[in-house]
Amino acid sequence: MIHALTLILACQLAGETLTRLFGWPVPGPVLGMAMLFALMLARPQLAGQVVPTGEGILRHLSLLFVPAGVGIVGHLGALGTYGAGLAVALVLSTVLGLAVGALAFVAVARLVEGGKPDA
Amino acid sequence: MRDFADIWSYLAQTPLIWLTATLIAYLIGDYLAQRAGRAPLANPVLIAVVLLAALLWASDTSYAQYFEGAQFVHFLLGPATVALAIPLWHQRRALRRALLPVLAGLVAGSVTAVLVALALGQWLGLGPTLLATLAPKGTTAPVALGISESLGGSPTLTAVLVILTGIIGAVVVTPLMNALRIRDWRARGLAAGVAAHGLGTARAFQVNPQAGAFAGIGMALNAMLTAFLAPWALRLFL
Repeated sequence: MIHALTLILACQLAGETLTRLFGWPVPGPVLGMAMLFALMLARPQLAGQVVPTGEGILRHLSLLFVPAGVGIVGHLGALGTYGAGLAVALVLSTVLGLAVGALAFVAVARLVEGGKPDA
Repeated sequence: MRDFADIWSYLAQTPLIWLTATLIAYLIGDYLAQRAGRAPLANPVLIAVVLLAALLWASDTSYAQYFEGAQFVHFLLGPATVALAIPLWHQRRALRRALLPVLAGLVAGSVTAVLVALALGQWLGLGPTLLATLAPKGTTAPVALGISESLGGSPTLTAVLVILTGIIGAVVVTPLMNALRIRDWRARGLAAGVAAHGLGTARAFQVNPQAGAFAGIGMALNAMLTAFLAPWALRLFL
């Protein structure tokens, strides 16, 4: 577990360092994710070590949003003023994103898989 | 026996009390969500946030004071983002087989969601800070917070918008896909993961295992795509 945690933190640290060093727009942990994925592909025995610990963190992913979510207490004013606008933007963008994403997948799958959905 | 006020003033100085309160509030939220049959609106995070906000208000505690304790949970967002490599790795074979449709669905869904949100936001009079806060709302929370912060938005408000987006997506995805007559579980799942991150993924797993797996792929890939897409899209609207 300590090995896995060290590897995960090391990927995050490397990601943070590189994105700051080169001024990339990507958050450090996202680059860390890409690096961990590449490492797991390159050395499958590493995956066996990382998976239990990593899945332990991911199992309670929603808990991790709570402290940031409580910060809403400082934004009640903004929500009162812009709540309706934000709600419209959230609902329509999510519905259209879902529809266009699924339709694009189906269209391309039909092209490359020759009209057999679910092959 | 010492006065309770003395003990409280001691406890209020340490991280222990608000760290514990965060975990308890989450467990209560999770329990209530389970009792409600995991109905999308009974979201454990939403319940925990309401409970804690009420507690802060009742005990006259500032958010900064609360965060002294909660920061230990908050810190894990970074390692959790790195750990998203794991669902991606589990699905590497399915991903390779359906690479082109996955990429098409990912880019089309993500670009549509971000551009529509920003265009509507601007049209409805949201300022630059709120637009920066809104731009990453479709991706998973740890990533969205990081992007919001680097764009000059408000990470705490982004966290709330991310959760609301997930709830909206989880509620509408099944009726919407049925109305569009999309029967490919991979397409339905991928779209749910791209547009509604972890909550959409959880919903997809409830409906069909293949949809769940592709939702996981969509969520992890969109975390990377949004990091590039959100700053670019925001520039179009500022």
